[in-house]
Amino acid sequence: MASALINVPAKAKRGDIIEIKTLMSHIMETGYRRTATGEIIPRDIITSFSCRYNGAEIFRADLFPATAANPFITFSTIATDSGKFDFEWIGDNGFSEIASASITVE
Amino acid sequence: MREPDDSTRRQFLGLAGGVVAFGVVTLRPAEATPAMLASAIRNVVGAAVVKTGKVKLDIPPLVENGNTVPMTVSVTSPMTSNDYVKSIHVFNEKNPQPNVGNFYLGPRAGRAQVSTRIRLADSQKIVAIAQLSDGSFWQTSIDVVVTLAACTDEVI
Amino acid sequence: MKSTPAIAAAMLLVATVIAVPLFATEIPQAQRRSGYSFMTPDTQAMQNDDTANPGMLGVLDGEALWKKKTGALNKACADCHNDAQASMHGVAARYPAFDPTLGRPVTLEQRVNLCRVRHQQATPLPYESRDLLALTAFVARQSRGVPIETGADPQLAPFVAKGHDLFMQRQGQLNLGCTNCHDDNWDKHLAGSAITQAQPTGYPLYRLEWQSLGSLERRLRACMTGIRAQPFDYGAPELVELELYLMTRARGMPVETPAVRP
Repeated sequence: MASALINVPAKAKRGDIIEIKTLMSHIMETGYRRTATGEIIPRDIITSFSCRYNGAEIFRADLFPATAANPFITFSTIATDSGKFDFEWIGDNGFSEIASASITVE
Repeated sequence: MREPDDSTRRQFLGLAGGVVAFGVVTLRPAEATPAMLASAIRNVVGAAVVKTGKVKLDIPPLVENGNTVPMTVSVTSPMTSNDYVKSIHVFNEKNPQPNVGNFYLGPRAGRAQVSTRIRLADSQKIVAIAQLSDGSFWQTSIDVVVTLAACTDEVI
Repeated sequence: MKSTPAIAAAMLLVATVIAVPLFATEIPQAQRRSGYSFMTPDTQAMQNDDTANPGMLGVLDGEALWKKKTGALNKACADCHNDAQASMHGVAARYPAFDPTLGRPVTLEQRVNLCRVRHQQATPLPYESRDLLALTAFVARQSRGVPIETGADPQLAPFVAKGHDLFMQRQGQLNLGCTNCHDDNWDKHLAGSAITQAQPTGYPLYRLEWQSLGSLERRLRACMTGIRAQPFDYGAPELVELELYLMTRARGMPVETPAVRP
């Protein structure tokens, strides 16, 4: 099932600053909500997001309950070489998802 | 009339004693206090002086819905290999927890700008602190107004 | 892809071709405004960009479900309907529609379940379940930009009338009818929120308050709870008739699914 939406330009010129948008499907349960009968709904969030560009980490984020559901993160990087972006989301209860996108840099 | 159970009586006194020590009991849910905010900031900056400037927080002053608030934080920086933003840390004042997010950049970022969507429990102050490559800290803060939805929704 | 120019163009195109409204209380065609126009630019931006719109996550899930074989007959939606972009184009713009076997209107959600039971021999999906929302969002997405034309079938007339009555009737502890806010007071505010015209152009939609996709029925039930009335059950004939009336009231407006709303 599709879990993530990634927006990376397919092509860029060397040296361009490109914007990368990521949207991951996740409830981001804060751990502060209660059920109708009063029990705390346990925390279940993504805690960390990272992006590697041809293997080198170019961006990382620590997330907290204050991040809205279906985390949307936009950041930028300089287009250096053609290749691959690898994205990783890690969270509570062993949550681990990866996605990737390619780019051609001329 | 039955005497209350000894154990429950002891529990009650213990609780009451605790309450008396702290003053009035309020029934609000857990909230970050200014002290929590200060200590969360201290965890990041240590004893360093935080200067005001260079950082910009873009959040609508009146949010449409506190559950999903678009936020863009940016730092004025040439982003070269000797002068760049290492990280940006965002904090809040009134959510149950003071941290909003930590973002780790570097010279390859090109632009020191991150956007995301956050949750805000109440009208409050948001603080963003950036650490530059020379070790200095810069900050900005803004006030955001958050209103509840007009009609209560059922729990699905 | 930005939807604003498409919405404007579509509205201009159909403004001339629309039939006379059925009821005097309906908002005149030229004044009909989507909930989109009442939102702040930030929320509009969330809807405009398909890679930033959280509702699109549901549409992608629906696309996967469309191709998944299911039921005792082990068939997928795609086995009969092939490519949804072609076969489902315009469908959501004319729902709720009349079902001859049942002799009454059905919503898109109910149609999906009827297909599952009749043609896949699969169990119906529960209302508001993730899968049903995903499938409905995927199907409705194929009508994005298409002007709503619900209610053209004359067999629907008595049900549209019932829906109109429900829209007008005062109910709940607050003794309010839908019309009191959504015909008489749209573009004023209730506390911090804009009161819209209640045009259901983008369902299923991602509501920031829910932080998830949800159906029009969920929204109607929430409204009824808001006026302190006992909400109708999911799938109740009253909710179907109300949805039918609301969609006829919105005729001419383009479908926006999946919309984003506060």
